[in-house]
Amino acid sequence: MNDTKKLSLIAFSGDFDKLTAVFTLATGAAAVGYEVNIFFTFWGLDAIKKQQGRAFIGSNWLTKLFGFMMGGLKATPTSRFNFCGAGPRIFRYLMRKNNVATLEELVEAAKVLGVNLYACEMAMHVLGLTKEDFIPEVKDVLGVASFLQLSEGGRTMFI
Amino acid sequence: MATKILDITKEHCPMTFVKTKIELSKLQEGDTLEVLLSEGEPLDNVPRNAKEQGFNVLRVEHVEGTTHKVVIQK
Repeated sequence: MNDTKKLSLIAFSGDFDKLTAVFTLATGAAAVGYEVNIFFTFWGLDAIKKQQGRAFIGSNWLTKLFGFMMGGLKATPTSRFNFCGAGPRIFRYLMRKNNVATLEELVEAAKVLGVNLYACEMAMHVLGLTKEDFIPEVKDVLGVASFLQLSEGGRTMFI
Repeated sequence: MATKILDITKEHCPMTFVKTKIELSKLQEGDTLEVLLSEGEPLDNVPRNAKEQGFNVLRVEHVEGTTHKVVIQK
């Protein structure tokens, strides 16, 4: 058992449903008094891009093309039942209809609750992204050693 | 000494906790928040979490059906 109320999440996936899990855990934990850290890496970086749709962000033609294909929060696909992009729209509709918070609402709640958002330095380098490509709430750009230090004494999950 | 009412009976996890937390954070010393919530997870956890975060839970009362009222003071 850990005594420290701290939850650290590694958001690797850029899937709509998995990011929903990340932000549900993060906001729920923050609301009941946990310190919450989210470390976004690889596909997960899509969740914190300033441009929520598709945009040619990157340092050269290849990373710009990747940036466009990956897109931002509003362009995230579902891991199953994506149906060429219709899946997330159907899930957003079902969530609103059933009064369940959508991914965008959860991200906004995470900001209000002071969840700590961090971006992975290595993945940013590979994808040609800079801190300026992310929302201003992103606290810092980190590597493995700093993340381990931040998460020490709490629970860590990889999603 | 203001009193605010928050209805989370139609909310689901995690918004039940998120909305309560946001309202609790706005309270001044002596203010109360009356939270209307449903049985199950919200009723089991909202009063407990409020206590853990240093608030006083003045009372928990049954309103009607599955709705309960939790009165929390800062």
